[in-house]
Amino acid sequence: MNADRYVRDVQAGRLEAEAYVDLFSDLHPPLDAHEAHVEADRCYFCYDAPCMTACPTSIDIPLFIREISTGNPLAAAKTIFNQNIFGGMCARVCPTETLCEEVCVRETAEGKPVKIGLLQRYATDAAMAADKQYYTRAASTGKKVAVIGAGPAGLACAHRLAMHGHDVDVYEAHAKAGGLNEYGIASYKTPGGFAQREVDYITAIGGITVHYEKALGADLSLDALAADHDAVFLGMGLAGVNALSVPEADAAGSIDAVEWIEGLRQADDVASVPVGRRVVVIGGGMTAVDAAVQAKALGADEVTICYRGPKERMKASKYEQEIAQVRGVAIRYHMTPIRVVAADGEVAGVEFDRDGETVMVRCDQVMKAIGQSFAADSLNGSGETIALDGGRIKVDADGKTTMAKVWAGGDCVNAGDDLTVTAVSQGRDAAESIHRALSA
Amino acid sequence: MADLSTNFVGITSPNPFWLASAPPTDKQYNVERAFEVGWGGVVWKTLGEAGPPVVNVNGPRYGAVWGADRRLLGLNNIELITDRDLEINLQEIKATKKNWPDRAVVVSLMVPCEEDPWKKILGRVAETGADGVELNFGCPHGMSERGMGSAVGQVPEYIQMVAEWCKQHTDMPVIVKLTPNITDIRRPAEAAKRGGADAVSLINTINSITSVDLDSFAPEPTIDGKGSHGGYCGPAVKPIALSMVSEIARNPETAGMPISGIGGVTTWRDAAEFIALGCGTVQVCTAAMTYGFKVVQEMIAGLENYMDEKGYATIEDFRGRAVPNVTDWQYLNLNYVTKAKIDQDKCIKCGRCHIACEDTSHQAITNMVDGVRHFEVIEEECVGCNLCVNVCPVENCISMEQIAGVDPRTKKPIDPDYANWTTHPNNPAVWAKEAAE
Repeated sequence: MNADRYVRDVQAGRLEAEAYVDLFSDLHPPLDAHEAHVEADRCYFCYDAPCMTACPTSIDIPLFIREISTGNPLAAAKTIFNQNIFGGMCARVCPTETLCEEVCVRETAEGKPVKIGLLQRYATDAAMAADKQYYTRAASTGKKVAVIGAGPAGLACAHRLAMHGHDVDVYEAHAKAGGLNEYGIASYKTPGGFAQREVDYITAIGGITVHYEKALGADLSLDALAADHDAVFLGMGLAGVNALSVPEADAAGSIDAVEWIEGLRQADDVASVPVGRRVVVIGGGMTAVDAAVQAKALGADEVTICYRGPKERMKASKYEQEIAQVRGVAIRYHMTPIRVVAADGEVAGVEFDRDGETVMVRCDQVMKAIGQSFAADSLNGSGETIALDGGRIKVDADGKTTMAKVWAGGDCVNAGDDLTVTAVSQGRDAAESIHRALSA
Repeated sequence: MADLSTNFVGITSPNPFWLASAPPTDKQYNVERAFEVGWGGVVWKTLGEAGPPVVNVNGPRYGAVWGADRRLLGLNNIELITDRDLEINLQEIKATKKNWPDRAVVVSLMVPCEEDPWKKILGRVAETGADGVELNFGCPHGMSERGMGSAVGQVPEYIQMVAEWCKQHTDMPVIVKLTPNITDIRRPAEAAKRGGADAVSLINTINSITSVDLDSFAPEPTIDGKGSHGGYCGPAVKPIALSMVSEIARNPETAGMPISGIGGVTTWRDAAEFIALGCGTVQVCTAAMTYGFKVVQEMIAGLENYMDEKGYATIEDFRGRAVPNVTDWQYLNLNYVTKAKIDQDKCIKCGRCHIACEDTSHQAITNMVDGVRHFEVIEEECVGCNLCVNVCPVENCISMEQIAGVDPRTKKPIDPDYANWTTHPNNPAVWAKEAAE
């Protein structure tokens, strides 16, 4: 190979200004009122509806759709929020094609499910636009609960606790609340600062104090929190990223996809984020797809997702893979990385094993997206040792950890599927368990 | 190719599709546009007496009921008879008939309930060369407050009287248009026949308020904060019209009297159903007002196709064939036992049949079998009511099948022979008869 003759090309501002607006706008534009009515009319109001069973938060989907169809989106939003206070974000990011919409009887009947996600967005957008608050705090119980992490699990827990009259201190390691909603999810799924608006909407119930840039382990100890509060909920997500264990994996230009997306999400102007002319994304999950699609949107010529397994095993759903492909990303399967090829310490390509054959993919930038992991150090050492299971926090059906007064939920526990909607359901249910314990 | 031409009380038209007396037939311009795309005939919008024309409201005249995607299911109107000058209408009728001699041009009339005004107007219409007249005894709004329209149609004696005058003063065929705003439609039809009318047409529109504005608390359509009941028409009224047509068709007093069917005719199929109940022509308004005149082309093609498939050469070959099958409840076969059957290959598992049956009927459909979501009829409970068929969103997924042998519900053998209520042992009239014997 002639890596020495290769000129590495990573730069910002590859496109005209207006191109960014287009490429980073809503993936699925919202339904207008008429579209929502027409779509809502397609719902059969099933008995014991399969969509409702498939929803991790058990939203009464037929009921909220019927409320939309009768011109009452505000009631529909309440039906949604009763089960899922993050109904707005879930409407945008839930893989509905593998949850509610996959089991919709319209999918069975004609291969075209009711657009449940878009209808949910229609209703929740209406409520948020009207600044309609449905919940008020119960009389103060005088109990204090600490919540670690202001992501979907932590805030869902905090909101439900606040409803029950408990005082909640939320400790967030970042400068902003929202967790992956703010730092992780692809821009085109939640444009327009939605994540922060939703955080404000949720915390408007009162009784929730968010303390920013307070990380467990560094700034806080679990023992102290447990001593100062009546209960603690751990919802800090996954702070670690899995390392790519091949030679030159840390060459200049070989970067962590989660970090890169975080930088993109926080950039004032996406055009300022540098991207390679040719980008290789290693991995097969949602992070890989989000990184690849956004790299392409920033003006990369060639973006290739290289996944070690076959198409069916890829964690990103078939639908997400299609989005990537439609947006110009190539996906190659059975590609196991052997080494990052570097020239003068800088990335020039990646060598893969494809079923015994060695394949070289030239690139200017490598994005590593081979999974995140729970960083147990922050937890253990700052308090009594909490049992783990599969590298994450072990919880029972109520979300209780092995430590007294401590509950956990979201991506940091070893239950569920790392989805926003699952985190919300675990946070909510843990709050109910905490409330029962504090009321006993 | 089927021949759609009709001869209705001597009025011929190339097909049975006439535009009803209504806004679409108020002017030569509209009527000629209709003839250009294929309508077989029109009933010209109702003419009144000579003199200052009637006035209409200048606010909304129509209200509506919509289905999914704002599909118009029902329309209501408070428009009166023509508000154009009588002379202009007469000139245009004459010109139109001259231009379109093969099409039916019938003129709708409404004048005060005195002999002289009827005599006068009939003479004027005869001069136009029109094919016939239709007496508007149906409009339920506005004119009825002045003793015309449905105010006449609700009093059989008046219908007979006016029909007699008309038959006396014109040679043109006389069609009496009936109002459905009456308890027994047979009575006005009988009166029309006694008065010598050649035919009846029905139904005119039904008294209605389409909705109430919940901000202003005014009925729709609203004119400056107030509303008045209007006449309801469109697809929603078809079942009422079919029933009324059938009552007249099977009443021994009026059986065989020519009927022009009106009420929600929107497709060829609707038209064929009216014809099967005895109608010689059908009249259409709302479908044209919703989609424009071109809809007649679908109606013509559809009816031709149906007749070709069935081997009917002319309308007369199937006209009235459903009439003998309309009967009284007491003559229905009580030994005809059916059970619902769900085609599991077609079932999409929405559960609507289950919940409808469970909550509101006979608890005869499962929702779970051996822990699996599964919808199946429990024959021991099923009374064969057909509700599940009606709420199922999948066509032909649930069917009603006749059974023989022992009814699993009653555990009694099913008599294979026809038997009805008149001889049923639970009928008090049967006991009385037995006691008398």
